[in-house]
Amino acid sequence: MTFALEIKDLKKVYAGGTEALKGISLNVKEGDFYALLGPNGAGKSSTIGIIGTLVTKTSGSVKIFDADIDNNVAIAKSMLGVVSQEINFSQFEKVLHIVTTQAGFYGIKKSIAEPKVEEMLKRLGLWDKRNDQARTLSGGYKRRLMIAKALIHDPKLLILDEPTAGVDIELRREMWSFLKEINENGTTIILTTHYLEEAEQLCRNIGIIDHGEIVADTSMKDLLSRLDVQGFVMDLDKPLDKEPTVEGFELKLEDSSTLVAAVNKDKSINSLFDELNKLGIKVKSMRNESNRLEELFIEMIKKK
Amino acid sequence: MKHENNINISVTLWTLASKEVRRFMRIWVQTLVPPAVTMSLYFVIFGSLIGPNIKPEVTDGFAYVQYMIPGLIMMSVITNSYANVVSSFYSVKFQKSIEELLISPMPNWTILLGFIIGGVCRGVLVGIIVFCVSLFFYPDFEIANPLLTVIVLFLTSILFSLMGFINAVYADSFDDISVIPTFVLTPLIYLGGVFYSINMLPDFWRSVSQVNPMLYVVNTFREGMLGTSDVSITFSLSMIILFIISFSVLSLYLLKRGTGIRE
Repeated sequence: MTFALEIKDLKKVYAGGTEALKGISLNVKEGDFYALLGPNGAGKSSTIGIIGTLVTKTSGSVKIFDADIDNNVAIAKSMLGVVSQEINFSQFEKVLHIVTTQAGFYGIKKSIAEPKVEEMLKRLGLWDKRNDQARTLSGGYKRRLMIAKALIHDPKLLILDEPTAGVDIELRREMWSFLKEINENGTTIILTTHYLEEAEQLCRNIGIIDHGEIVADTSMKDLLSRLDVQGFVMDLDKPLDKEPTVEGFELKLEDSSTLVAAVNKDKSINSLFDELNKLGIKVKSMRNESNRLEELFIEMIKKK
Repeated sequence: MKHENNINISVTLWTLASKEVRRFMRIWVQTLVPPAVTMSLYFVIFGSLIGPNIKPEVTDGFAYVQYMIPGLIMMSVITNSYANVVSSFYSVKFQKSIEELLISPMPNWTILLGFIIGGVCRGVLVGIIVFCVSLFFYPDFEIANPLLTVIVLFLTSILFSLMGFINAVYADSFDDISVIPTFVLTPLIYLGGVFYSINMLPDFWRSVSQVNPMLYVVNTFREGMLGTSDVSITFSLSMIILFIISFSVLSLYLLKRGTGIRE
């Protein structure tokens, strides 16, 4: 099996003595869409920094498609694209120059880069802004520019460190669809995000890091199956005065027309509907109470 | 030029160097015009007003304005080469756009060379501008040794670009990039024979001046332009080359170690 990323016993101790990574090991398969989650200060950015050689590791090894960042750094880097958390382009350069220059840093000749840049900027809705100075762009466009820069050399592995932080819902959805598309076309993607819904929507596998250690490294499906109780919010046909009682289910009225049900993993939701039917309660619509991944995430971090 | 990993190094170098040149050309009012204005004032005040009262004996038989020209060109080349690299490299650190370079497969030596080429281009261009300005004040100027002049012009620019690079690597704030130019470079340049021959000085100060590295740079350039110098040209050129090699090695070591740029 080919791994896009292999991390072994990776440690990072900063100059001040802070131990950011305590020997983590992680494998990401080729073609995967992998979420790396963790609370602030867990070690996500240190890990990404080391992979991109922006942070010097204390010990351990990192391989990108078998190329070691110690011995084959140029090959490893040529297969990697990174969208950093913070804006990292010259604010005074024009959009077109920024992306063309980035291609040049990967040894792509201008004549070859120009049509690629045009295609990328059009794809990300930046073509009309190509002659604008980067500092004049809105936050959302700056994020798009970061993605364009990271993808211009066709990396096999793309790492995005909170790419949708601070962008509006519409743009976030657009980015999701864009990322799904490039993943389907073969690019392995690693994503860190604070929007757990984002990870649940996009990623097939997930790693959770906390206090510099990996606390979970599994498939999204497997992780979600660990949930014992799921919450459902039901919009009722008619308002109720008090909450109904159904054996085996915990029910709570959020307001007179909204019923919240906690359903155990071993119970079927159909039996709840049957019981509600018997009580003459009709459900118009239903949704998950909250992000399921969020519950698990909080549970795992608490365990630590 | 291909790297062993099949990355086109010449393209990476050209990209960075042209980005650096584009940067100072884009802000030409800040980078190219001020030396022309300042040096014009020097030529007017010291060359045209005060200069005729200075005896040619103290300036090796040359008119004072003519004697000043190599010194003022060198002063501009030194300050502009240094300023270009120190401000550009510190800016990319400050704006975090250094990450664009560090994440890319560019080897460290091309990163260093790209910034040095930017500094040399600005230094040499400013040198040419100041020389053109000087022709308004001394139209009959003839360069005594064009080859030596060009060699010293480029070597000096390379040397001070490297010094600017090392300053920027260690800089943590905008103050840090102005301290050395203001408190070290400028006094040494002014006291390094830009405006006078050290033969005018009393013995003690002449001896003190001989430990000023700027004296050797300025006088070697003066030898190229006028054919006169207070110092040994062979010694000066050897020292300039030795310092270029030393600073290049130091810069590459700092880049490899990640000093000031990698956590």
